[in-house]
Amino acid sequence: MGTTDTTESTTPATEEVGWETKVRYFLNNDLVRSSPYWGIPFLLMGIAVYGGIGFNTAISLTDARGLQSPDYTNLDFEMYTQVFESSAFLSAAQNNLVLLVVFTTVCLLLGLFLAVLLDQGIRHENTVQTIYLLPMALSFVITAQVWLWLYNYDVGLMNIITRGIGIGPVDWIGNPSIALGSVIFALIWQFSGYTMVVYLAGLRSLPDDQFEAARVDGASTLTTYIKIIIPQLKEASVSAAVVLMVFALKAFTFLYSLTGRYRPPNGTDILATLMVRQAFKLGKWAYSAAIATYLLILALGVIAPYLYYQYRQGSL
Amino acid sequence: MAGSSSDQTFDVASLVEDFDLNRIGQYVLVILFIGFFLAPLETGIMTAFKTNRAVAETIPLMPPLAEGFTLDNMTFALNALSGAFFNSLFMAIPATIGSVLLGSMAAYGLTMVDWRGQMGMLVLFLIGIFLPYQAVLVPLARFWNNIFPLASMMRPLFVAAPILQDYHANLVPLMITHIAYGIPICTILFRSYYQGLPSSYVEAAKIDGASITKIYRRIILPISKPMFGVVFIYQFTQIYNEFLFAFTLITGSDTPEAVVTLILPAVGASTSGIDFGIRMSAAFLAALPTLIIYVAFAEQFAEGLKSGG
Repeated sequence: MGTTDTTESTTPATEEVGWETKVRYFLNNDLVRSSPYWGIPFLLMGIAVYGGIGFNTAISLTDARGLQSPDYTNLDFEMYTQVFESSAFLSAAQNNLVLLVVFTTVCLLLGLFLAVLLDQGIRHENTVQTIYLLPMALSFVITAQVWLWLYNYDVGLMNIITRGIGIGPVDWIGNPSIALGSVIFALIWQFSGYTMVVYLAGLRSLPDDQFEAARVDGASTLTTYIKIIIPQLKEASVSAAVVLMVFALKAFTFLYSLTGRYRPPNGTDILATLMVRQAFKLGKWAYSAAIATYLLILALGVIAPYLYYQYRQGSL
Repeated sequence: MAGSSSDQTFDVASLVEDFDLNRIGQYVLVILFIGFFLAPLETGIMTAFKTNRAVAETIPLMPPLAEGFTLDNMTFALNALSGAFFNSLFMAIPATIGSVLLGSMAAYGLTMVDWRGQMGMLVLFLIGIFLPYQAVLVPLARFWNNIFPLASMMRPLFVAAPILQDYHANLVPLMITHIAYGIPICTILFRSYYQGLPSSYVEAAKIDGASITKIYRRIILPISKPMFGVVFIYQFTQIYNEFLFAFTLITGSDTPEAVVTLILPAVGASTSGIDFGIRMSAAFLAALPTLIIYVAFAEQFAEGLKSGG
């Protein structure tokens, strides 16, 4: 910081500070001097994320569709009411809600169960953890292909099992009333390793002596977990739940990859797939931009309370 | 935590304790869940090496037997995907390096200085992580196609370059998109790491008169090597596996610049249905790069997931 010395020597008193000194002070400020570091990434990210959201909102207020470019002189909320009145949107929203609630709940419960199981001092614990987390390292495109094969009506493993136990073959993907359940099951398979890892980290951060204390008091392992350990995992639950819920809102790839077409299996259309189909198959830019805004609002509805909670906890 | 302590001393008492019903139940559950997580993948790999007849007639979990075994599916899938592998790596490696470096810089800038707007800026980064990308897809397509057609601007450059073909230029917008949207997560991952570093290092260097750049290059970069590993592995896996941006910015699975994830849902499909032998071979090959990284660096991957989600 060679320049600081000169500034100090040229400003003996606080009054009559010249603009040059002010500029020099300003340039020596940590904030300004570190600005190339946070400034460049922030600019790029800001344009991409917030510029993108702004642009999307602007398009959603026009009537743009097909090859015509958006006309920004006549802006209104017509697309938003149109979207809200369409039955496709409402059924997609309903499917999305089911996906979000069931997927998040089961993933959290299964992940918690697996974390507690691995916390019992299992041998080769790290290897087991690596195996449970393995599906998370794979692309949804890949896991969708694997599950498509498992759910195959004639020779898939799932129907071999159902035939074996006497239920008979099930049309896992083709039957609209089952398809969403099949998709949720596959996604739980992929994600429960993730919730397990989050819970395991939470468990590891708890002091060991609580167990000893509970044991001295005569509590069984089960009651110790339910009464003492699990309530302390609230933070892990909240952050995992947020990640899972936001994922459920934006899930597109898995559904698309099941069919390889814009329309996912009947009965599994959610907001994300509806939006992409309206935009890139039908060219309804303004209409799909409005769906995207609804999606963004829903996601913010999940994130905002979470960030506020984190801020209040002082853990931001 | 609750289990018996380590068995290094090997006394009989602990062996007896190890053999209670609870313990057996636990291991049965552990093994059942190993089956639950691996069986789907196992059927996929087995199917990849089976002839069509074996696929139709044998149980998916069973390995292919004598005349049911074939490598044809694999070679077919490898041919279908070989160009896409190059495209994926050509796009994903620079994109990963870019977002990781910029993320580290941003995190340094944000943790190093104390100023009032920091919390606000942090929130902006955090929202960037959770953003449903659908909310920016239409603008993204318009931007790279109509407003700033970088791909067509760069095509002459790519024609002149060795190895590369003109169509590889179409991967550049995708690369930049991945960098931009990858910055938030990389920043947050690095930030949590930098916050855990003792501030005395930086303070001491500051007193010595080191500039901000010098502190970054001489102190922060060397000590954040392990974190670079974590973020790099996490981010590479994400970008390589990603589908939606590629789907939006690259026109189709039959174009020569298509990445692996874009081609996979179409490999082995015909009017008579899906050839699962080929499809599973392709899925296995597509998974291979991330699988290798995962097996080699499972701990780092888990670390990235824990704080990244």
